[in-house]
Amino acid sequence: MIRMENVHKAFGDNHVLQGMNLEIPKGTSMVIIGGSGTGKSVALKCILGLIKPDGGKIFVDGQDAETGDRDAFLARFGMLFQGGALFDSLPVWQNVAFRLLRGSLKRPTDEAREIAIEKLRRVGLRAKVADLFPSELSGGMQKRVGLARAIAAEPEIIFFDEPTTGLDPIMSGVINDLIREIVTEMGATAMTITHDMSSVRAIADNVAMLHGGVIQWTGPVGQMDASGDPYVEQFISGSAEGPIEAVR
Amino acid sequence: MNPIAWLGELGRAVLNLMAAFGRVALFALDALSHIFRPPFYPREFGMALLNIGWLSLPVVGLTTIFTGGALALQIYAGGARFNAEAVVPQIVAIGMVRELGPVMVGLMIAARVTSSIAAEIATMKVTEQIDALVTLSTHPMKYLTAPRVLAALITVPVLVAVGDIIGIAGGYAVATQNLGFNPAAYLKNTVDFLEPLDILSSLVKGAAFGMIAAIMGCYFGMHSGRGAQGVGRATKGSVEAAAVLILAANFVLTGVFFSL
Repeated sequence: MIRMENVHKAFGDNHVLQGMNLEIPKGTSMVIIGGSGTGKSVALKCILGLIKPDGGKIFVDGQDAETGDRDAFLARFGMLFQGGALFDSLPVWQNVAFRLLRGSLKRPTDEAREIAIEKLRRVGLRAKVADLFPSELSGGMQKRVGLARAIAAEPEIIFFDEPTTGLDPIMSGVINDLIREIVTEMGATAMTITHDMSSVRAIADNVAMLHGGVIQWTGPVGQMDASGDPYVEQFISGSAEGPIEAVR
Repeated sequence: MNPIAWLGELGRAVLNLMAAFGRVALFALDALSHIFRPPFYPREFGMALLNIGWLSLPVVGLTTIFTGGALALQIYAGGARFNAEAVVPQIVAIGMVRELGPVMVGLMIAARVTSSIAAEIATMKVTEQIDALVTLSTHPMKYLTAPRVLAALITVPVLVAVGDIIGIAGGYAVATQNLGFNPAAYLKNTVDFLEPLDILSSLVKGAAFGMIAAIMGCYFGMHSGRGAQGVGRATKGSVEAAAVLILAANFVLTGVFFSL
């Protein structure tokens, strides 16, 4: 289980997180929605330790995220970045098997390559893609490679940062279905941040609405449409009228 | 502007400069410490050796051969004013080995290597590749910085040695083909005049300049701002800082080696 308690983070005068509280039960898929610049990515990066919170606590399975063995902590996570964040200098299979080629999870090269090709197949890519470089792939293929990299070491927790941004609706649907299948199949705890309501409905068990640096509403995805929360209702309808200012 | 406000501005600028020096110094110490601490990344080190060392040879060779040739012409023309044309081999040798070889190679490395390291790492930062490294349990200082700094420390002195030899060869070619020097006498004068300290100073300068070039590239890349403008600023800043620090270090090292 991931638990954020009263997490604060500011960049200069911009107070992005102002006491964020959130719980993600083990083995469930939480999707965080909210407008641009509301701190969704910051929250995710705070959990991973990529950004240090100014205040509050973050626990993963009861363990304080700021203490303990950092490598062991990070080994439990997989992450799909918004732009893929694939390493340009490495072929696709080495991107996917990055963690398996070095560090505590190191495997023999042939075995790591086999695992990479199997994960590429899992996300719907052919084996011949393995030897291409990221610059030779389309946006959708890069997302799939990023997804394959996120699951290569069989992590317990997977984060998805805007998984469908920049993709056409068909490819978005494919990625959403893949994420849902993989999360269910692996029994992983998932946290996704997105603006895309079709992603929310496809991926989420639970939804949390972040606005003004705090979680405004959280609940099961089935209750989202009838939440009665003005922030959630405005976000779902996409209306300019409501508590969320259209001009920010 | 009143004098107090002006003094305040000056004080702020000096404090900012000192803080920047402090940040760079801490970064350099951190980078150097990672060279000796596992895990090591031999593939990245090999690629850095190739990029910084081997692929810099053409630009180093071309720069130093023209510099050596021009130096021979200048010394011949200048020496003629007081009947000292005969010192061309000695001055070309000492000028290339002590000063022009290391400085020209250092500046070429700043232009070629520092800029490319800064642009590459800054782009990685902007596209979240550095964050991705961290989430894949890989320390960016170990994976990106340490191999490049070590490779520059090793290869730039070698490049300087090669540059010294090619520069002297450029002077030799001009002196023997255009200025009427005897080839055997030219070589003998060159070899006889150089001392071990000259060569040692050249190699030490090379190592220092290589370290400066790599660290500046990594520092500015790691601290790049957002977007294309951030990458551009990081690249420009890295080359400016590396070039100025190389010339400053050259002054200090020359003082240390030859004013004692």
